[in-house]
Amino acid sequence: MPFLKIDAVSKHFGSFTAVEGFDIDMVRGEFVSFLGPSGCGKTTTLRMVAGFETPTTGQIFINERDVTYSPPNQRNIGMVFQSYALFPNLTVADNIGFGLKVARRPQTEIRPRVEEMLRLIHMEQFARRYPYQLSGGQQQRVALARALARQPEVLLLDEPLSALDAKIRVELRNEIRAIQRELGITTIYVTHDQEEALSLSDRIVVMNAGRIEQIGSPFEIYNFPATPFVASFVGTLNVIHAVLRDPAQGIYEMDGQTFRAGCVKEGLTAGQEVKLAMRPEIISMDPEPGANTLSGEVESVVFLGSIVRTRVNLGANTLFFDTFSHPRLVLPKVGDTITVGFPPEACLLQA
Amino acid sequence: MKRSNFWSWVWFILGVIYFLTPLIATLNFSLRMKKGVLSLMAYEKVFQDPAFVKAFVFSAEMALFTILVSIILIVPTAYWVQLRLPRIRPLIDLITMLPFVIPAVVLVFGLIRTYGRPPLQLTASPFLLVMAYVVLGLPYMYRAVDNGLRAMDVRALTEAAQSLGASWFTIIVRIILPNLRSALLSGMFLTFAIVIGELTIASLLAWPALGPYMALLGQNRAYEPAALAIMSFALTWAAIGLIQLIGRGAPGQAGTQVGGAH
Repeated sequence: MPFLKIDAVSKHFGSFTAVEGFDIDMVRGEFVSFLGPSGCGKTTTLRMVAGFETPTTGQIFINERDVTYSPPNQRNIGMVFQSYALFPNLTVADNIGFGLKVARRPQTEIRPRVEEMLRLIHMEQFARRYPYQLSGGQQQRVALARALARQPEVLLLDEPLSALDAKIRVELRNEIRAIQRELGITTIYVTHDQEEALSLSDRIVVMNAGRIEQIGSPFEIYNFPATPFVASFVGTLNVIHAVLRDPAQGIYEMDGQTFRAGCVKEGLTAGQEVKLAMRPEIISMDPEPGANTLSGEVESVVFLGSIVRTRVNLGANTLFFDTFSHPRLVLPKVGDTITVGFPPEACLLQA
Repeated sequence: MKRSNFWSWVWFILGVIYFLTPLIATLNFSLRMKKGVLSLMAYEKVFQDPAFVKAFVFSAEMALFTILVSIILIVPTAYWVQLRLPRIRPLIDLITMLPFVIPAVVLVFGLIRTYGRPPLQLTASPFLLVMAYVVLGLPYMYRAVDNGLRAMDVRALTEAAQSLGASWFTIIVRIILPNLRSALLSGMFLTFAIVIGELTIASLLAWPALGPYMALLGQNRAYEPAALAIMSFALTWAAIGLIQLIGRGAPGQAGTQVGGAH
């Protein structure tokens, strides 16, 4: 039996379907992200696990207990909100100790536990401050400590970093992951930020329009997207229109140039128009032997710091590719004709 | 720039004169009970009258009960509307505004007709007076509480507390009420000020409150009503000053509001 089981859960608001047929089994200590655009149902699913929404159909089990209809205050979950939601009238220490106080634990237990939590988030010296005296990042760390103080069975994070600055975001996300590993707590993390999901998760659930598009490890999600939606939502993608010339060999033609691609869908015949997708980082200016090559005119060169993104005009299609920047890199100039290459298996899907 | 500055000063000074002249005149008059000298005799007379003390204590008691009932009635209602029934907010707003539109005389006759005979004969009970005052104070108290609730992220705070195991009662007592402190205080002082000087309802329900006492005094005496007016004025200003003072010093409520990160 999995530790957290979401079994065929759907949620309808009137005639609107927010979540449909959501299924996942999570093992104890697993870190799973729900990733998708806003309105895809990821937050609604999280809120059903928390108990703030009741599923229309389906069941939710935590540690073999059916909690589908339990109110949130009887579920033993910890939740972190995008807006921090610290209690403004309580100090940092009292915020962290709130759950224990509500559970009527003795002061002799609450005090050491609060101190332990403060150490965990490296904020020992802030115990007597009020939330408004803290920065956003500090507030969210206190919110995390507050959620963890009661030793919940499941930790739920609802876009916890969305309201923070980019730099704090990366710092705090690493801290969240470190604390999660240390405590071994089963965690669901809702985000629309693919980088967060990819860097934090054991597994990612990619959602769109209320449905699961794919469940997999970050590596699988990025490199083997199951659907066009996953491919386009996670990472950046070239989409090109080509004509299939030889289904047996996987030969395609695009803007007068031919190339070979590893993916051929059953039932396609020669002469059919298809869409192919490619990651920008797999295309390079000095291709390995055996790779496909395409020539075109450089349309733009954008320096992005660690990478350089170059756009090549091939006629009706344009292709952009990323090169790691280093001091000896010779950048192509706009208007140059260059040849780029990519391995046949780089093409992701066709539709 | 200079010109507009000049005119704003002119209007300001005119306003101050308009506002202060009757006040100073009343104060001056209240100090002239003894011929030829300024004295506090009128004030002494007022305080020496046992009827005044009785009336004041009675009205203060009624005000305290009114505040208590108002809070018990309004805080959970406004909280629930904000959290779960935002769609009926216009209706609630309208209902809480009704006491502004309905004169106290109409209200009190309605009360007498409804509760003046069995099965609900309540006209002899101070409970009915308190209920009438709750209605009178409703717009002020509800406004104050509603503003206080809007200033915090009620939903997120509620859900955070729920996820930490708190019951509805715990949420209202430990989280909502403390964060409404300054809002409640302003509502409380306004309610107090209304009840302490209320005339119509108290006199028509025949209660020995401060309002009827002042009216009676005004008909029969010269100097004492002026002293009373000055005292009640001072009381009101003291109350407003207290609201400012306490509202500023509340922990967790100064400056930035938490939970407004959306």
